[in-house]
Amino acid sequence: MTHVSTSTEDLKPHERYVPASHWRNAYDEADGAKLGMWLFLSTEILLFAGFFCAYAVFRMLYPGVWADASHYYLDWRIGGFNTLVLLLSSFTVVLAIRGAQTNRPAMTNINLIITIICALVFLVLKLGWEYYPKWVHDELPGGNFAYHSHSILEAGGYVPGSHDNIFLSIYWIATGTHGVHVLIGAFLLTWCLWLNMKGFYGPKHYTSLENVGLYWHIVDIIWIFLFPLLYLV
Amino acid sequence: MSHHDVSYLAPKENWRKTALSWIFTIDHKKIGVMYLFAVLFAFFLGGVFALMVRMELWAPKVTLPSGEVQGVAFDSLPWFGGAIEGNTLYNHLFSLHGTIMVFLFIIPSIPAALGNIFLPIMLGAKDVAFPRLNLLSWYVYLLGGFFALVSLMSFGNETGWTFYTPYSTATEYGSVTAMVLAAFILGFSSIFTGMNFIVTVHKLRVPGMGWFDMPLFIWAIYATAVIQVLATPVLGITLLMLVFERTMNIGIFDPAIGGDPVLFQHFFWFYSHPAVYIMILPGMGIISELISVHARKKIFGYRAIAFSSIAIAAISFLVWGHHMFASETAIANAIFSALTFFVAVPTAIKVFNWVATLYKGSIVINTPMLYAMAFLFCFTIGGLTGPPLATLATDIHLHDTYFVVAHFHYVMMGGTVLAFVGGLHHWWPKFTGRMYNEKLAMLGCVLVFIGFNLTFFTQFFLGSEGMPRRYATYVEEFQMLHRLSTMGSWILGVGFLVHLGVFVASIAAGRPASRNPWGGLTLEWYTESPPIEHNFPHEPVLTHGPYDFDTVVPPHCDPKDYPLPDPKEVEKFSH
Repeated sequence: MTHVSTSTEDLKPHERYVPASHWRNAYDEADGAKLGMWLFLSTEILLFAGFFCAYAVFRMLYPGVWADASHYYLDWRIGGFNTLVLLLSSFTVVLAIRGAQTNRPAMTNINLIITIICALVFLVLKLGWEYYPKWVHDELPGGNFAYHSHSILEAGGYVPGSHDNIFLSIYWIATGTHGVHVLIGAFLLTWCLWLNMKGFYGPKHYTSLENVGLYWHIVDIIWIFLFPLLYLV
Repeated sequence: MSHHDVSYLAPKENWRKTALSWIFTIDHKKIGVMYLFAVLFAFFLGGVFALMVRMELWAPKVTLPSGEVQGVAFDSLPWFGGAIEGNTLYNHLFSLHGTIMVFLFIIPSIPAALGNIFLPIMLGAKDVAFPRLNLLSWYVYLLGGFFALVSLMSFGNETGWTFYTPYSTATEYGSVTAMVLAAFILGFSSIFTGMNFIVTVHKLRVPGMGWFDMPLFIWAIYATAVIQVLATPVLGITLLMLVFERTMNIGIFDPAIGGDPVLFQHFFWFYSHPAVYIMILPGMGIISELISVHARKKIFGYRAIAFSSIAIAAISFLVWGHHMFASETAIANAIFSALTFFVAVPTAIKVFNWVATLYKGSIVINTPMLYAMAFLFCFTIGGLTGPPLATLATDIHLHDTYFVVAHFHYVMMGGTVLAFVGGLHHWWPKFTGRMYNEKLAMLGCVLVFIGFNLTFFTQFFLGSEGMPRRYATYVEEFQMLHRLSTMGSWILGVGFLVHLGVFVASIAAGRPASRNPWGGLTLEWYTESPPIEHNFPHEPVLTHGPYDFDTVVPPHCDPKDYPLPDPKEVEKFSH
């Protein structure tokens, strides 16, 4: 008995992982968790589908406003850079999972750190260079929106339309909800990093890392739809 | 005997450990029992509001206190400006009735309570796929209930349970925001339960149990879970936008600044139409169990019933527009009207199969069977009054009248609630380990049946004669029908109180239940009553289908409890 217990203590956490007692084996457990995650992701898509529907309806109602307001209020360069940042982070999160599959914890660590940095860069750009200037210029959603003379002057002749506020409403709630998802993703990735540092991920067990990776991809994909619809119309 | 071999209800060493074993439990049975208490409490609360609504309608004039007769409590509340209209109070009552019944009672009732307790056992599993997520869903439900209660304390909402804009964004009454948040949070609880059940059904069936060896209750819960996962997020985002609208004035639904209130209706019904199938499908699943077990007959058309559950789930996503015939274009109306008729097909398939199962069965008249029959009667009326509402020409006349109210209650109460109470009696001995008083429970069932029909059948006449819903006053010609309806609600209330008494007496002094008091064949009847903590001492071995009453003698079944059919009769009809 003593011999067995010392040898399991020598193993890393992921090597002595046993599935919860109601699962028949670790494979079923991981498979079930992944199915659950996919179901959750489908709810995320449907959640954002609400925004996309609202977007489609109002774009149909006010097509001119949509084109002008997008160019006037949003800077495609910031949005585009953020798109690249998220694409890079999606790549590194895959590498982090690969690191767990091939038993290279250092590779997982470094890639998770890059992913987290990407998430933070995205949020800082969003908050500092997009939300903050809009906030001070009262370019706010719906009823909080206010026209300022500087807007008209700086726009080189563009006069804000009467339904710019609706465009900004969609912009704020869609990107805001997405931003909250990025923030949650950053926390989840940090949690994965912590678990990986304690040796919980290895070739036989990396379920939560893989699921957080899936979540991160959905956050990325949603942005890939939001970016052209909001910035490039 | 390890501690996993004792009943899940068995107390621990001391009361503190017992309490903690419930608060932090990841046992699906305990979570289900806690849900059961909560939904029954919500049912009681919603029922009290319903009785108050019926009381108000006793007389044609407004009978609720109006501005002049305010109590101190009303005067001190700022949003009334010291006065409240009796009309407003009435709006308040029916809104609370609707909101509580829909979001706190009927949506979680069968899946989260009975589904949680029995889905894993019927599959031969030790627990649901994600036990901790299950516990989280329970606490999210409590949080939602807390918000609803906070809203209730500050006078709740008077928007109806549908929260239609722009009224819901503009009204200053009570605390609509808290109630909308409550519904939003409760949606997450529903999503978590649904995800859990889908994965459990896919991954944790006992070896040898194929999809078509599952009890039909599981099929129904599975179809429900699919709707819960795919429809609820849309409600979530809709209600979130409504909260943003109220708190941040985003204007998406506000026509004054360019928004579109009809968009809210589309979003709302895209969830809430599938949601009525979240409410009824589990009830249909229960009826399949009740009828087969208590008629001791193999279910007729197993696959047809199973697939019709999936068909109902699929069609449910395509018919939301029939709630909006008054606010859509003619073409959209025609399409949604045509699609709506398709719902009748799988629903009728189920009803025909249940009746065919009863045919030449060895029917035992007890409370579950009485409820199954009451369900068939009421649900058929509820179902058949659907097509007149789906037909554009008649709906223009019946839209927003008591006909809709009666139809809805015949399906939701005559369907889901009757099935729920029937299922509660059916599985009561299993999950409490106690029998209940059959005669008194049957009396309760008869009272509920009479009270229910008196309350709501009258409303079909009221509606077709033009009584609009959601009004506190009416013309005097309607008084007789309204009074009959109100008297029915009292009988209904007494019926449920009888059931409450029966349940309390059963827990206090009920005869211990055997493993299989009804002679059922599904896996839950193989384990102890009440089940042990891990459900089964060993993984069960599946040797027959869930309804093979023609070939299998029910296990652990005492014929004294439940007379077996005469073998000669069985022989006569088996060829």
